[in-house]
Amino acid sequence: MSKANQNYPKPKLVPVPSTNIIPDRDVNQTPILECRHLGIDFGGLSAVADFNMAIGRTEIAGLIGPNGAGKTTVFNLLTKVYQPTRGTILLDGHDTHDMDTAHVNRAGIARTFQNIRLFEKMSVLDNVLVGLHNEMHNGMVSSVLRLPQHWIQEKKARAKALELLSIFDMQDMADAQAGSLPYGAQRRLEIVRALATNPKLLLLDEPAAGMNPSETAELMENIRKIRDTFQIAIMLIEHDMNLVMGVCEGICVLNFGKIIAKGTPEDIQGNPAVIEAYLGKKKED
Amino acid sequence: MKKLRMSKATGINFLTYALVIIAFVVLQVMGNQGMLSSTLKGQLVPICAYVVMALSLNLTVGILGELSLGHAGFMSVGSFAGAVSNVALAASIPDAGLRLAVSMIIAAIFAAIAGVLIGIPVLRLNGDYLAIVTLAFGEIIKSLINNMYIGMDVDGLHASFVQNTLKLEAGGRMILNGPMGIPGIQKTSTFVAGFVLVMIALVVIFNLVGSRSGRAIMALRDNRIAAESVGINVTKYKMMAFVTSAALAGAAGALFAQGQNTIVPSKFDFNTSILILVFVVLGGLGRMWGSIIAAAALTVLPEMLREFADYRMLVYAIVLILVMLITNNPTIKNFFESVLDRIKSGKKAKEGGAEA
Repeated sequence: MSKANQNYPKPKLVPVPSTNIIPDRDVNQTPILECRHLGIDFGGLSAVADFNMAIGRTEIAGLIGPNGAGKTTVFNLLTKVYQPTRGTILLDGHDTHDMDTAHVNRAGIARTFQNIRLFEKMSVLDNVLVGLHNEMHNGMVSSVLRLPQHWIQEKKARAKALELLSIFDMQDMADAQAGSLPYGAQRRLEIVRALATNPKLLLLDEPAAGMNPSETAELMENIRKIRDTFQIAIMLIEHDMNLVMGVCEGICVLNFGKIIAKGTPEDIQGNPAVIEAYLGKKKED
Repeated sequence: MKKLRMSKATGINFLTYALVIIAFVVLQVMGNQGMLSSTLKGQLVPICAYVVMALSLNLTVGILGELSLGHAGFMSVGSFAGAVSNVALAASIPDAGLRLAVSMIIAAIFAAIAGVLIGIPVLRLNGDYLAIVTLAFGEIIKSLINNMYIGMDVDGLHASFVQNTLKLEAGGRMILNGPMGIPGIQKTSTFVAGFVLVMIALVVIFNLVGSRSGRAIMALRDNRIAAESVGINVTKYKMMAFVTSAALAGAAGALFAQGQNTIVPSKFDFNTSILILVFVVLGGLGRMWGSIIAAAALTVLPEMLREFADYRMLVYAIVLILVMLITNNPTIKNFFESVLDRIKSGKKAKEGGAEA
């Protein structure tokens, strides 16, 4: 595994989906996301270093690692919440170095947050409508004057928002205030809002946190469903190993800001470096 | 079901329109019947101006979620732009109503320009920093107008920042005279014009809030990072809210100025900014009907308290504290909420829609 890391500048298409899950995966396509030597320092401390990875167009990839390994930092780098100190991010073959967070989203990355960030005072429906912002094309003037354009766009967006909410069977909650929803529903709403931006790559930061086993099982189903319906790539950070091993086709393990292993769930489970990172080194005497 | 979904926000909006229209009709009828005291009659235009000020500030504070302590600055820009154009256009537009409308538009444009200029540096900041910088800009506007001299002669308008340098042609006259302000304004503002402006402000704000742009603005208020993550252009929408707010304040300033005999720059100081902020906070952030009632009540209140003579401002302060305490009292809040729920559940039962 560590040898594969040194194989740049030509990054291998990892995490590799196990071919027997989806046999017709086209490896020769441009990966939707490619990171080359990505790194960031916080005041001399290297939080993420030499992060190399590529994700195919419809893969489900996992990013795991012990607490403080730098997983969320990677997400923040990909979405330009932080500007990388080193390295390149190629989104669908395009360098994102001059993009800000909003640009990156328009270019195709949507995300959820570890500590839920909803528009709490707005309704569930409005949260999704904000996600549909760039799908709508009416300006302030047509809205204030309530020109036909406003109504057409508004009607279309509402229908779309309700349709998206129905993925998680949340269409009946559309009027509720987002901040008043139960925890699990808030997490689901964040996913719906991210999906509304019509992404090519969806980043989920601990989607199963705080969910009970039956909710997690349902979430697993839904992650697969989302990938199959929207034909997008999904990358998720998760501590729930059942979910990670159950749904991810490729996994990337991070420890102290460095990739220590990449591969299929089976590879990862048996990898001594991973076991060491999680459980510590076996004392040899 | 769909009807119900639209009803909550739009229902409140329609009630607010209704509130304004009913208040207007009642006051208009009372005025015609001679039931209003002359002091109250004189207050009608300022009430409308302050209502619009409160509404526009509520757009910045309640909807955009940024505390602005310099809102009177935009009112000032609007007041002087409006009053100067009132005087300057007196010959070319003899009709008072039309001249008022034109001067309001000019005032709104000038205030919007001020909004853009101030917004560019200010909107890069957040929270307390933004508040302090807006405070500073409010004071800058006041000082600028305090040192501005505008005169008019056959060649048109002349402006200067140094006294007695305008060199007006014979027959020319000074309009804005620095700290002396603009004396002898021809009163063109009427209660009807004020009512129309309040309605326009409401339409602009409600239609903006209930649209794609308004949702983007509120998303920025609720969570900026999340808003950016769904592709919202932070600067654009902050600016949109801020400039709209400034333009409405400018129009309100023009209305206010043309209802006065004289306006001076020092009228629009920090105290006025705070007064408007009090209307907004008292009425509730983001709650437009609250702003309307608070602005109207607190503008009239000092006049009503005249009988307390020297203790007037003391009583005013006590009333303010009491209202704040009462409107935030959980028992009273619960009572109103339960009443509202009962009304709502009654409605829902009638429509037969059982919503979770």
